[in-house]
Formats: sequence, structure tokens, C-alpha cells
Amino acid sequence: MSLTNDRIKERLVEKFGEQVSAFSEPYGMLTFEAPKELNLKVLNFLYDDEELKFRFLTDLQAVHYPDDKGRELAVVYHLHNLVDNVRIRFKVFTDIKTPDVYTATGLFSGANWMERETYDFFGVNFVGHPNLKRILNVDEMDYFPMRKEYPLEDQTRIDKDDEMFGRG
Amino acid sequence: MGRPVAYNVNEKKLENDISIANMPEGHQGEGFFATSLNKVVGLARKNSIWPLPFATSCCGIEFMATMGSHYDLARFGSERVGFSPRQCDLLMVMGTIAKKMGPVVKQVYLQMAEPRWVIAVGACACSGGIFDTYSVLQGIDQVVPVDVYVPGCPPRPEAIIDGVMRIQDLIGKESLRRRNGDRYKALLEGYAIQ
Repeated sequence: MSLTNDRIKERLVEKFGEQVSAFSEPYGMLTFEAPKELNLKVLNFLYDDEELKFRFLTDLQAVHYPDDKGRELAVVYHLHNLVDNVRIRFKVFTDIKTPDVYTATGLFSGANWMERETYDFFGVNFVGHPNLKRILNVDEMDYFPMRKEYPLEDQTRIDKDDEMFGRG
Repeated sequence: MGRPVAYNVNEKKLENDISIANMPEGHQGEGFFATSLNKVVGLARKNSIWPLPFATSCCGIEFMATMGSHYDLARFGSERVGFSPRQCDLLMVMGTIAKKMGPVVKQVYLQMAEPRWVIAVGACACSGGIFDTYSVLQGIDQVVPVDVYVPGCPPRPEAIIDGVMRIQDLIGKESLRRRNGDRYKALLEGYAIQ
């Protein structure tokens, strides 16, 4: 393999220094994070760099860590270098009170739907997204269902007996 | 050792080669038969139901078995499954209805002509079933009035046939004036249907 995880890390640290951090390799996949203000710079660098060439956005989603104060929401980008067949995972963390993250739609057109979905379920406000509205849930929904502060079941129901559902 | 139920223990003896619907009560003599219009219309309606399958998941698969030769819903006069709501009398909702699908179910119901009936097949259509969650409609009776609920996850074809037979009972006994009644109008208004 021509492009190793160590080499990617070296290139990133060369460019961004201390600002890229928390490098790890769960199941062999290079994972790292950066401040949310830098997300486009990092993505652009990974895209444009002649050696790295991460030009395919496999997936984009969020994770909610309710106990991690000040950085409750993680936005995760999965990137793929199709030439060398290498994948990496890139995270930015944001405060849940101001969940503003710059949109990646300018770089990857495919991010359009993925960011709408992430907004739909986690309420991440992608600044600069051309059409940031709900995509999978009903339009009238007034909360973000995948955030952990919301209980899974509908709490307003009275016709389902809790005993029968193992939560009595 | 055989299966516990390998055959129907309450076998019904074949009375005729072709069984036909029983004649309603009435007076008859040579060359005439008199009965009430209610009964004639009820008899005709209940033995010629056109079902509209609204199948979204596994209960729909059971319905396919119900329409197949082994169970054969056609024996009950429902041979013709229609796929246009404007032609059909019986809306059969089978499967999980997501909240986003709710307005579609209602739209389909609105497109059906009166008189129309609705049967909710399976736990999901009846009550949301195991999907007690933010995205699933907790029973289609939140958007359309339901006549018969068939429980089960999924129900066996026998249960679906039983549900259809109960619908037939309802149809056969329904008064011709029911759909013009205040109670029925109030019911539809409860669902914001004019």
C-alpha cells in the first residue's frame, strides 16, 4: 500500500500542526479531530493535496455525547481515497447550544442530502447549506429525535400498558 | 410424530358442490319474492367486496398468501383486488405506517367512494405495534376511521380471512341510511373529513 496511515498523519500535522489532534486507528481506520472552524480547511486540504486525494465523501453524520459538556455534538466525515483505496474518519465537535458547522456542500455535492439528514436528526446547523430543512421526518416535527435528551417512546400515550412493554 | 394440527378437526361436510349465499328473510310465493331493500343491497355488497391492499410490510406478505390458492380470499366474493381507490370498497392497511405515510393513507381513504370500509391488519396498523417510536404512526385510527382490527404480528391468513368475514357481517347488516346519519357525519368530522 502506497499511502499509509502514518503518512497521512504526517502530512496533516505538517499542515495544521497542533490543531489536528486525537489521532487513533480503531480497526485500522485513521481517525482524528479538528476544531469546527477548521473543518472546511481540513477537508479542502485532504481533497486538493496531490498525495492524499480524499475526493469521495462516503458518509456524514453526527453523534450526540450528552455528558461531554461544551462539545456534545460530533459531526463525523468519512472520506475515501479512491486511488489508493484508503478510508479515514474526521470529526469536529460543537457545543449543542450553538451547533453551527460550515457546510461541505461546496466541496462535495453529495453532502447536501447527508447534511439535511444530520440536521433532521441532530439539529446541526450547517452554515451556508442551500436548502437546510427536514428530509426524512415529518415537517411538523419540532425536535431532533436522535438527540439523547428525547425518550424513544411517545410519552403522551395512555393506551399502551407499560407492564406489557417491559417498562412498568 | 405428526404436526399437532395436520388437518381441520372441525371439518365441515360439503353440502353442495357450489355453495351460494343464503336467501334473506322474506315472503315468497309462486313467481315472486319480497324482502326489504336493505337486505338485498347488503347481500349484494357483502359478497362483492373489492379490496384495496395498502401493504407496506410483512403483513402484506401474509395477505399475498391469503389471496393465493391455498387460502383463497376469492371464495368470499373478494376476487378482484383493485389498485385504484376510486374503484374499491374496502381499504386493507397492512403493515407499519410511518408518520410521513399518514397523510397518504388519509388521501387514499378520501379518494374512495362511499360506502367504504377500513380494516387494519396487524399490530402495526392497529396500534403501532412494537414501533413505539417517534417516526411511526401509533395506529391508523389516528388518521382514518377503522371498522375491523386484525391482531397479530403478522396475523395468519386465517385471521385476515376472519377479519374480512367480520367486515362482511358489518356490510350485510349496515342500514342504507347509516352514511347519512348524524353519528357517521360526526365520526368523519372527528377526523376532519368533510
